[in-house]
Amino acid sequence: MLLRHTTSDVAEREALTVNPAKTCQPIGAMYAALGIHNCLPHSHGSQGCCSYHRSALTRHYKEPVMASTSSFTEGSSVFGGQANLLQAITTIFAVYNPDVIAVHTTCLSETIGDDIPQIISKARDDGKIPAGKRVIHTNTPSYVGSHVTGFSNMVKSMVDYFAQPVKEKGKTLNLIPGWVEPSDMREIKALAAEIGAETIAFPDTSDVLDAPQTGKHEFYPRGGVTMEQLVRTPASQATVALGPTASEAAAKLLDAKFKVPFELLELPIGLRATDRFVNTLRRQIRAQVPASINEQRGRLMDMITDMHQYFHGVRVALWGDPDQLVSLAEFLTDLDMRPVYIVTGTPGKQFDKRIGNALAGRVPEAKFRQGAGADMFLMHQWIKNEPVDLLIGNTYGKYIARDENIPLVRHGFPIMDRVGHSYFPTVGYRGAMRLLEMILGALMDHKDRQSPEESFELVM
Amino acid sequence: MEASPSLSTDEIRAELVKAYPTKVARKRSTQILVNQTGLETVVPEIAANIRTIPGIISQRGCTYAGCKGVVLGPTRDIINITHGPIGCGFYSWLTRRNQTKPPTNEHDNFMTYCFSTDMKEEDIVFGGVKRLRTAIQEAYDIFHPKAIAVFSTCPVGLIGDDVHAVAREMKEKLGINVFAFSCEGYRGVSQSAGHHIANNGLFKHVIGHDDTPPTGKFNISLLGEYNIGGDAFVLEEMFERCGINLVATFSGNSTMDRFENAHMADVNLVMCHRSINYVADMIEKRFGVPWFKVNFTGAAGTAKSLRKVAQYFEDQTLIDRVEEVIEEEMAKVEVARKDVRSRCEGKRAMLFVGGSRAHHYQDLFREIGMETIAAGYEFAHRDDYEGRRVLPTIKVDADSRNIEELHVDPDPERYRARLSPEDRSRREAAGMTFNDYEGMMPEMASGALVVDDISHYETERLLEMYRPDVFCAGIKEKFAVQKMGIPSKQLHSYDYGGPYAGFRGAINFYREIDRLVNTRIWSMIAPPWEKEKRPSLDATYVRP
Repeated sequence: MLLRHTTSDVAEREALTVNPAKTCQPIGAMYAALGIHNCLPHSHGSQGCCSYHRSALTRHYKEPVMASTSSFTEGSSVFGGQANLLQAITTIFAVYNPDVIAVHTTCLSETIGDDIPQIISKARDDGKIPAGKRVIHTNTPSYVGSHVTGFSNMVKSMVDYFAQPVKEKGKTLNLIPGWVEPSDMREIKALAAEIGAETIAFPDTSDVLDAPQTGKHEFYPRGGVTMEQLVRTPASQATVALGPTASEAAAKLLDAKFKVPFELLELPIGLRATDRFVNTLRRQIRAQVPASINEQRGRLMDMITDMHQYFHGVRVALWGDPDQLVSLAEFLTDLDMRPVYIVTGTPGKQFDKRIGNALAGRVPEAKFRQGAGADMFLMHQWIKNEPVDLLIGNTYGKYIARDENIPLVRHGFPIMDRVGHSYFPTVGYRGAMRLLEMILGALMDHKDRQSPEESFELVM
Repeated sequence: MEASPSLSTDEIRAELVKAYPTKVARKRSTQILVNQTGLETVVPEIAANIRTIPGIISQRGCTYAGCKGVVLGPTRDIINITHGPIGCGFYSWLTRRNQTKPPTNEHDNFMTYCFSTDMKEEDIVFGGVKRLRTAIQEAYDIFHPKAIAVFSTCPVGLIGDDVHAVAREMKEKLGINVFAFSCEGYRGVSQSAGHHIANNGLFKHVIGHDDTPPTGKFNISLLGEYNIGGDAFVLEEMFERCGINLVATFSGNSTMDRFENAHMADVNLVMCHRSINYVADMIEKRFGVPWFKVNFTGAAGTAKSLRKVAQYFEDQTLIDRVEEVIEEEMAKVEVARKDVRSRCEGKRAMLFVGGSRAHHYQDLFREIGMETIAAGYEFAHRDDYEGRRVLPTIKVDADSRNIEELHVDPDPERYRARLSPEDRSRREAAGMTFNDYEGMMPEMASGALVVDDISHYETERLLEMYRPDVFCAGIKEKFAVQKMGIPSKQLHSYDYGGPYAGFRGAINFYREIDRLVNTRIWSMIAPPWEKEKRPSLDATYVRP
């Protein structure tokens, strides 16, 4: 047994987290910043933070993840990290020549209390920031929130630093896709384009973290939202923000500062969440939903209705990030599956309400929990008490899957032992079909392995 | 052997640092050179174990990673609690591929778990001691481990949590071994500081707690082997076949009991000098166990190291048994080696990784006829480059002074010199060296490049200049290198392959490199129509 010390005796824990269902803020800020074109994310703290974040993102995306660090030493911890950040800014512009350096803090620099805007302004005064180049920042203390909070904070900073007041509104829509895969960002943009919406999507890691093999390493790949686009977000007629945990803060700021109204939706994972996304775009730009999208939806509905017998009643445990979990819970419930255990380490009271809405009273036995104490160890203990038929979550679930002989569908962050997530979306109707394919594949493979020879089936 | 880059040190420095601001260029130049070796030549001096320049994009990690991740991580029956916000514990959760094999399902194995105090804002403001104390109690109540270790992350040092006092208090209360490490990420210039802190902690709190005499005739401990991809399993099996009893391994496939008993070995073999030499030195000083350097990477190195062990014990049965094992194994190795060599001969490698592997993996490449044209460490010190002979001349800077140097005296009761001065001299006269490591550079070709703590920029420059056939580094470098059309081999995680240690591991590595450098896939990157472009353009061009 790989998790041999996990038993069914659930004891409330006050201080010990075991097998977390979250990680820390800075990695989210780094991922978001990679979605700006010609941007180098910069970690203001010890070297290890940057190294760990780059490694974790690289294991997930199997792509170069370029980012730099302030390399704190004991001295910087005592005297503050100003000298380190100034040196970093000089080095970075000379050597790596980005348009933007996106600084995020760490628990170290936050505890010291480094004032990043003051350091950036000193860098500007000292002539360390070349003309036309920008240094932006966001505060990402690791002891607050989670990696999703860090992502949200960096996206908000994109508005804070770049957005400029405009005289006239244009026709564009701002599209904040949330913490999803590059493949998902591509799909969200494609759906919007298909409906006819002209969008500014930010951040946008498509064509950054799914770059083609050409024999040439582009230090700054083709993708990412440009500085010019970010400057123009206040000119958009509205913002469509996907996933409240990751995207609401930036949308709200655009509204507060520039009167850009926003619509906040759950991530378009699954049938009805995608319906709402499509409908919102349609209303926003007063367009007809094109036949091609109705066809996509029709194919998804066809798959669901044809395969319903295999979904019905399947008990599922889910863990990961709130925005993904809420939409997944709704989708699974629509399929008559039973998402009975739902866990996220990302704190936030809204989660309980959102999950409640998603389940709509159809899964009364569901247990869900967020924040402190909501970890994969607890979820595993619940499973020990009453098992499930399917696990949906990140790679760490494979230890539970093996010990308990439960099929696993990998979804969320990080996925370190499979490929596909960065190339094939799970948002939109096509993404929902891929999710169903993965779920059915996992369930049927399991059934094929487990069923006695006499009931081994050729046809599904 | 002349390595193919034929630049002088000044020329290569100029090439690699040309985009840097003046001060940065000056500093980086001290860590870049062209190797010189020869009978009369002392290898040139390189700067190492010095601060990384902020913003440069380094491979390096932090002190916590070296302490918790590298040295203590691979021990299965201890609960390692990370005291800090969630990230550090999360990122070091199972990511280093240290394999472990408890003898039965009833034996403890906590390596699949991540334990953290997950500090919140209020802990930063009011102190995290209470949370840590409760976390240790909860870990004890739920899991009943035989030992708990606490690892401090950056903010812990700043807010002044006395983790050592909490550990002492809980050790007293729970009656199990509880100890803590002040391994905050900022403590040193790299992971290396964390290794040292881990070595000190093991020596203070674990080693020497169990004086049970080992049962074998030839009792060794293996230091600096972390069982990545099952390396330690290969070596355990090899020692067993030779009749050598392995008392403890630091720390691949290890347990607390073995650590506690490690000082009872007859001799310590040091593999990764950088990460563990402190333990070897301290055990010798307190308990009288000598150490010598071995290298079980590469078939020739493995054979040589096994012979050294046999020579140490001066026992003809052992010497004969070791020769038998070497003969059997080398027969298999030679078949694979000759086959692979026929396809790899003359190809060129670069190795930029770790604090030991960049040296020892050169042997494996040499065995299949491949030349290492450039190499460097991520976190090693000058002694790992130039040999321990330079130790007295290494200036102790402020960053190194931060790390405690334990003063170790012989144990009044338990010190037992395993070798009398005569025994030692006799072995030395026969060619054995103790307490020594000759370093990487004396074994590299004259003219090869050596770069310490290489940056991303320098990596790209080297790849453009030399286009090696394979570039060995870590996960952060791998995909950038491959995007340039050059295969990259991870030497931290082995790309989820291995084992590569010992004879069996050598065969695995030969085959893996054969696959990497000889696959046709790299030639298919450009689509056929791109390749056809030139003739068709020419065709249009001739039209009037």
